[in-house]
Amino acid sequence: MFSRLLRITKVLLSVYYAYMLEYRAELLLWTLAGVLPFILMGAWMQAAQGGQFGLTPLDFARYFLAAFIARQFSIVWVIWEFEKEVVEGRLSPRLLQPIDPVWHHFISHFAERFARLPFALLLVGFFFVLYPEAFWVPTLLNFVLFLLAVTMAFCLRFVIQYTFALFAFWIERAAAIEQFWFLLYLFLSGLIAPLEIFPPLMREILSWTPFPYMIYFPAALLVGLPVDLGRAFLVVFAWGGTFLVINRWLWRQGLKRYSGMGA
Amino acid sequence: MFRYIKLLGTFWSTAIAAEMEYRLNFLLATLTSLGNFVGSLFGLFLFYRTGYSFSGWRWEEALVVLGLFTLLQGFSSTFLAPNLNRIVNHIQQGTLDFVLLRPINSQFWLSAHTVSLWGLPDLCFSLMLLGYAGSQLHLRWDNYLLGSIPVLFGLVSLYSLWFMLGATSIWFVKIYNVTEVLRGLIEAGRYPIVAYPAIYRFFFTFVVPVAFLTSIPAEAILGRGQLPWLAGAGLLALLLFIASSIFWRFALRFYTSASS
Repeated sequence: MFSRLLRITKVLLSVYYAYMLEYRAELLLWTLAGVLPFILMGAWMQAAQGGQFGLTPLDFARYFLAAFIARQFSIVWVIWEFEKEVVEGRLSPRLLQPIDPVWHHFISHFAERFARLPFALLLVGFFFVLYPEAFWVPTLLNFVLFLLAVTMAFCLRFVIQYTFALFAFWIERAAAIEQFWFLLYLFLSGLIAPLEIFPPLMREILSWTPFPYMIYFPAALLVGLPVDLGRAFLVVFAWGGTFLVINRWLWRQGLKRYSGMGA
Repeated sequence: MFRYIKLLGTFWSTAIAAEMEYRLNFLLATLTSLGNFVGSLFGLFLFYRTGYSFSGWRWEEALVVLGLFTLLQGFSSTFLAPNLNRIVNHIQQGTLDFVLLRPINSQFWLSAHTVSLWGLPDLCFSLMLLGYAGSQLHLRWDNYLLGSIPVLFGLVSLYSLWFMLGATSIWFVKIYNVTEVLRGLIEAGRYPIVAYPAIYRFFFTFVVPVAFLTSIPAEAILGRGQLPWLAGAGLLALLLFIASSIFWRFALRFYTSASS
């Protein structure tokens, strides 16, 4: 049982990794399209020189670099693919296979991380050439925690977006839900500024929502800002679990409704 | 010229009629725009919250920049994205042939064939923001009139850049993400250009001309535009527009139909 699972995972991983490698130019462009943290970094570094924000320009530089990395690892697009599969009826052959179709998506996302890694590292290298004074080495503990946090961030984002994707069984444009959710993610996850800058009350409320754990939490770990580890894991698991339950329920309900265009 | 205006009327009324069938989508688009608007204000507020301000820009003045940025977003989702991102489809499916065969300028057809109502909420919010900031700053109508000239230049520049990137799909076929890179860079226009360090200012003025899209028009609206910069904005718009037309004709030489 277990060895079969391992074999399937290995095959899917190598297939999707090879597939992703074919789109190297595209991956490079997608990586470049995520420059927003670097733009905001400029504005905040400039601001930190004059204003009272409690963080130095160097802190901001490191934070936004870490935010960029965290974002590269937690990018998810399953909703667009799933929506297409449902609308075009391509889900039908997948349903005949003895594994849940979600694993195709999950593993293709996972494999893409490795195809993307060289570009992201290249950009990080380029960054340190431009800003050598921002160079830092996180402690081993922080680095391991960061890897854990970024994996959790990816899983959380994936399960939430896949849950929204299941609405494709009922409405044709499920991606519209994600577009709205993305705004919350954009402005509340710490992508536009570290949470230290947010009004204190807002920060307290936000830390009970899933958003800060997608960017701010891993980024803060990487640069060594203080974080509440216990609460972070609690909140992530609570949200992840909730969405997972909703997800499985929607999946069963959705399959009853699905009539497969052309099937 | 008159023929082209008449054509636009036909194109757009068809496009709008088609979109009216998806009213729910429009509602969602409005909600999304509203969220984006609130978020943008919040992002700016984070800077001004503790008493910091971009050098030489009061809160209301920075709002003018944000208003112009929202205007650009609305303009791109109304006119640019629906048209220019479809060049790819025409090339993939070989339907560009039909466009080329028509007795009108192919660049015009590709750039103006359709409009999307999705950008309208953004346009409304931007006008509201500009109006609010203007009334706080006691701006008069002639401020807006004068300011609208560099705004227009900015729109032309943005269109030309976007069109040229779209035209590269003749070689690369898939360009959705090239325009995403452009959109990513234009995000810098949310804040006045002086909010950035010197290297950024250079980059966003002379490499990717974001400064000409929001900061310079905003200064003109605030009545402190400087003639050399305004002239520069006009020149840039003109040059980019000519370049886009030349580039399109150059690109067409490499076009081989997909179906033959």
